[in-house]
Amino acid sequence: MSEPLIRTRSLAKHYSMGDTEVPALRGVSLDIDRGEFVAVMGPSGSGKSTFMNLLGCLDHPSSGEYWLSGQEVSRLSGDELAAVRNRKIGFVFQHFNLLPRTTARDNVALPLLYRGATAAERHDKAMRCLEQVGLGDRHHHQPTQLSGGQQQRVAIARALASDPMLILADEPTGALDSRTSVEIMALLQALNRQGLTVVLVTHEQDVAAYAGRIIHFRDGRVVEDRANAPRNAAGDLTAASPAGAS
Amino acid sequence: MNFLATLRVALRALRVNKLRSALTMLGIIIGVAAVIIMVAVGAGAQARVEEQIRALGSNLIIVFSASATFTGARSGAGSLQTISEDDAYAIGRELEEIQAAAPALRGSGQVVSGNANWSTIFYGITNDYFEAREWTIVEGRPFEPSEIYGAAKVAIIGQTVATNLFGDASPVDQVVRIRKVPLTVIGVLERKGQSLSGQDQDDIVLVPISTARKRVLGSTSLAKSRSVGSISVKVRQGIDVGVAEGKVRELLRQRHRLQPGQDDDFNVRNMAEVLQTQEESSRVMAMLLAAVASVSLVVGGIGIMNIMLVSVTERTREIGLRMAVGARSRDILTQFLVEAVVLSLIGGFAGIALGVGGSLMVGQLAGWRIELSMASVALAVGFAGAVGVFFGFYPARKAASLLPIEALRYE
Repeated sequence: MSEPLIRTRSLAKHYSMGDTEVPALRGVSLDIDRGEFVAVMGPSGSGKSTFMNLLGCLDHPSSGEYWLSGQEVSRLSGDELAAVRNRKIGFVFQHFNLLPRTTARDNVALPLLYRGATAAERHDKAMRCLEQVGLGDRHHHQPTQLSGGQQQRVAIARALASDPMLILADEPTGALDSRTSVEIMALLQALNRQGLTVVLVTHEQDVAAYAGRIIHFRDGRVVEDRANAPRNAAGDLTAASPAGAS
Repeated sequence: MNFLATLRVALRALRVNKLRSALTMLGIIIGVAAVIIMVAVGAGAQARVEEQIRALGSNLIIVFSASATFTGARSGAGSLQTISEDDAYAIGRELEEIQAAAPALRGSGQVVSGNANWSTIFYGITNDYFEAREWTIVEGRPFEPSEIYGAAKVAIIGQTVATNLFGDASPVDQVVRIRKVPLTVIGVLERKGQSLSGQDQDDIVLVPISTARKRVLGSTSLAKSRSVGSISVKVRQGIDVGVAEGKVRELLRQRHRLQPGQDDDFNVRNMAEVLQTQEESSRVMAMLLAAVASVSLVVGGIGIMNIMLVSVTERTREIGLRMAVGARSRDILTQFLVEAVVLSLIGGFAGIALGVGGSLMVGQLAGWRIELSMASVALAVGFAGAVGVFFGFYPARKAASLLPIEALRYE
């Protein structure tokens, strides 16, 4: 039996507001296996963002345990967490978070900069990742010269550049129109089929429908965790293309 | 993250806000240029003083007759003629530390040529005087030994006397009269300019010592004695002037048969000491100028800190992203620190250009002497770099201590 990629046990997080402790996450225990495509849903304040930050090693839990591919990361120092983020996790953000006035290639190569790769290695890897998201010919473009969908693909290429085990996508379609959203979901599904584990946060039912498992958060707890027969985004695209032209 | 990559990231960030970067550098440029110019001006002034010391002879000791006390009233230095020509010859002969010892008799009077006349000082000397005082003759010739000891009616005159009596015409072979004694001018001295006390050193007439004693000063008592007013003693190169001074003093006490405990009947003045005081004060002045200039460098550094703080705030999301993809605090710290140092170093190098150009211009326009030194240039740039590190550190640490989630969410 293989251990799950993600294992949390009673994971909790409190924020202190003045002298009162505000609980954001009240103890979450769940496993996510390698190769899963999970959608995390819930209203704002439900703790889903806090959960994602903890999964992404961007924040320290107040209590509980978090194991990522067999490594207990909840007790690591800031620099050790940075190394985990650099090697194991790829992030995709709602607002892309690309560096302005920087070419797509250099944006994609950014994670490699922090693991001491040579310029040639960074260049080659970035080009391969851009080709993987279908933007090999746009490598010298700056973010302002790209459409929203293209920018998000560059961001996905950047997440791929670090050869992660896990892609964490925080509302990746939140700033995109519906057709482009389906394109991005098709890309994420394709990556998932190649073996990448994807966890995405969304509040849109349509987007969550492409995931194989949907977890609902409310008041800092998991209230629903169910399997889902995923829609095929690529299929939706071909079905929609005649209509999309109108 | 290797250094070259960090440097490239820093340069790119500085290029994004070209005007802002240039204005920030301006503070450092002005600071570095000010330091270089001020140090150049200060060092120039110092070099001038040193040159004057050399012109006077930094290894010059002057022996005067002592002040005498007659029934309680003390007269001035040289009032008693206690030192003699023979003392001078003994010093030159017996002390190997001494290169030359030149006796001199001093007098003043009106020097007349045709219908021009000029009030001046004259000295009765031997040829040793030229060596001891490091003075050369630019036109004509020095005295012959026969002229020195034979009371010949010849004179060598300074530039000021030459100009006032003969204008542009050559004074050589002309006749001048001092106290009605006609003297043929055989030479003209090189121009020496003002002494440090402001005296015109070129306002002078030199005659052989015997001529001064027997013909010009003319007093019978003086003519009989061998006494002189002063002895200029030049210490050999590489010999400590203080040591040589002690030897001269010892020799003279011995020659004058002074008992231990008895006061010297002569005064020894070490010119180097007097002038070193002056040199010291000009050095203090130079340091003061440099200190004032470095204040502007510090102000430039504060400008860098200000801009770096703005930059950290503006780029909070960028910092958050870099952290999310694996930058450690140290990487962020280095990145912003390198940016600040690059900013100050580019400013520093531009400041060198401005400072060197400015120094040369000040030298041209104000007619001051300028001494540019590699040390001051290196110091200014080193200081600029240090300013970058010092004032860049706080903003860089601020950036590095951001929490990734807060930085990512920053609006």
